[in-house]
Amino acid sequence: MNIAVLSGKGGTGKTTVSTNLALASKSNYIDCDVEEPNGFLFLKPKIDRIQKVMTEYPIVDDDKCTACGDCVEVCQFNALANVKKNIVLFEKLCHSCGACQIACKYDAINYEKREIGKIESGKFRDIECSRGVLNIGDPMAVPIIKELLKDLSGENNIIDCPPGTSCNVVNTLNYADSAILVTEPTKFGLHDLKIAVEVVRMFHIPFGIIINKDDEKENIIREYSREENIDIIGSIPYRRDIARVYSNGEILYDNINFKPIFEELVDRSKAVLKWN
Amino acid sequence: MELVVLSGKGGTGKTTIATALSELVQDVMRVDCDVEASNFYMYYEGKDLEKKDFYGGKTANIDDSKCIKCGKCQEVCRFNAIQDFQIDPFACEGCGACTLVCPTEEAIVLEDEKVADTFITQTDKGIIARAEMGIGSDASGLLISFLRKNAKRFSENEELTIIDGSPGIGCPVIASMTGSDMVLVVTEPTKSGLEDLKRVVTLCEHFGVYTMVCINKYDINEEMSREIESFINDKHLKLVGKIPYDDMVMKSINELKPITFYNESIAKKAIEDMWMRIKENIN
Repeated sequence: MNIAVLSGKGGTGKTTVSTNLALASKSNYIDCDVEEPNGFLFLKPKIDRIQKVMTEYPIVDDDKCTACGDCVEVCQFNALANVKKNIVLFEKLCHSCGACQIACKYDAINYEKREIGKIESGKFRDIECSRGVLNIGDPMAVPIIKELLKDLSGENNIIDCPPGTSCNVVNTLNYADSAILVTEPTKFGLHDLKIAVEVVRMFHIPFGIIINKDDEKENIIREYSREENIDIIGSIPYRRDIARVYSNGEILYDNINFKPIFEELVDRSKAVLKWN
Repeated sequence: MELVVLSGKGGTGKTTIATALSELVQDVMRVDCDVEASNFYMYYEGKDLEKKDFYGGKTANIDDSKCIKCGKCQEVCRFNAIQDFQIDPFACEGCGACTLVCPTEEAIVLEDEKVADTFITQTDKGIIARAEMGIGSDASGLLISFLRKNAKRFSENEELTIIDGSPGIGCPVIASMTGSDMVLVVTEPTKSGLEDLKRVVTLCEHFGVYTMVCINKYDINEEMSREIESFINDKHLKLVGKIPYDDMVMKSINELKPITFYNESIAKKAIEDMWMRIKENIN
């Protein structure tokens, strides 16, 4: 079972939920928030494998190129330009699609590889952890996410998603069998939760909500869940001591006061997500 | 003059602070560039002056009646977006490689994909440029560049444009900051806050944008705040504000009123002081 943890709004507690649930359920932890991967600040695995993630980009052979501009014309991403009879590449705009190579009549375009990030893996206690890290200045996270998720092994994998609802999240959900939506009881939390619910519903997978920073009262999230018939998996209370433990990069599950919260969340997740 | 509010990590208070700063300025243009979780405009009731469809990218479409099922398109697609002669619109990046190899006239065509509705909204506090994006779009960078341009049409006489950015360091963030005048990074005194601050600051350096930092909720962990301050000093960045934790912020979000509306708020006071320091840096 691959369980994606997402939120829409940033900073609602995706990483808190993912890391602690992974420990409490002895699942593997996979950090797909490759722009800002923070899970390893809490789980501190001994990294024993580092794999570079490469992307391809076109190289123009000047001896063969006639600067006809066919490649520039077919590029949908404006990554190529014909400047004074020279084909110039803006590599950060390139999607590595290969259209320019197909369009070139003179066989003047070849593809080379460059690094856009890496994948790091290792063990923490008895769980396998891996994360993707996007190189700073590179705009495209999706190739790293795909690389990270394409060969998931292990029985249960908890996938810490990026914030938002764009291509990064959709590409992560492609690999998920169920989803946990983490939100907070504010109007911003609700607004962004509704968008996240729309995304998850497109995938027709079971999902439920965890309310973080919960006031434990009847609030707008509970009201919404009832109206929409979405299961509440459980909640994490709004407490300053919890915020403190988090701020130091410590694990809530290791604290006797908070451990039961996550044990209960695992039990409830298993029920709601039909996870054996 | 464009000021972009960023954070790296989500939920540190970008929108609260962008809104408060915009309230402290007389002539201001607001742009909500967090197009995937757009909360900036929720503070304002307004009338939409303009609504436009935004076509960001393209998607391939197969005409069943013309397709001869040769499979060439599937072979060249690097995104595995074609299976059983059907296009998966979420996987398709609209590159058009398939259209180049298809032997049949117009069996595959690229069609413009509407990715968002964009709005210019008039409020009693000025104009907001914003968008409502379709789910799973991969054109948020293009959309953000468009929003900034859209705002410029209305901001000739405005002295400041405040951009509420997205979390992360990827394509939406790069599109929000390239060519802007300055960035304000809102961080928080947590391990994650510091880690993400480092990454976003490196990005700002990479693009050569003048960068200021404020520590929001600095008193929830003062030791961590000191660690962040020493990072800021080492990097020769400008620390323009330290904002205390304030329960009023939660209240202000739920009442959808800017924090500056609450006179007793301690966060308000700190943001006002910060605005004075930002102004010194502008001039």
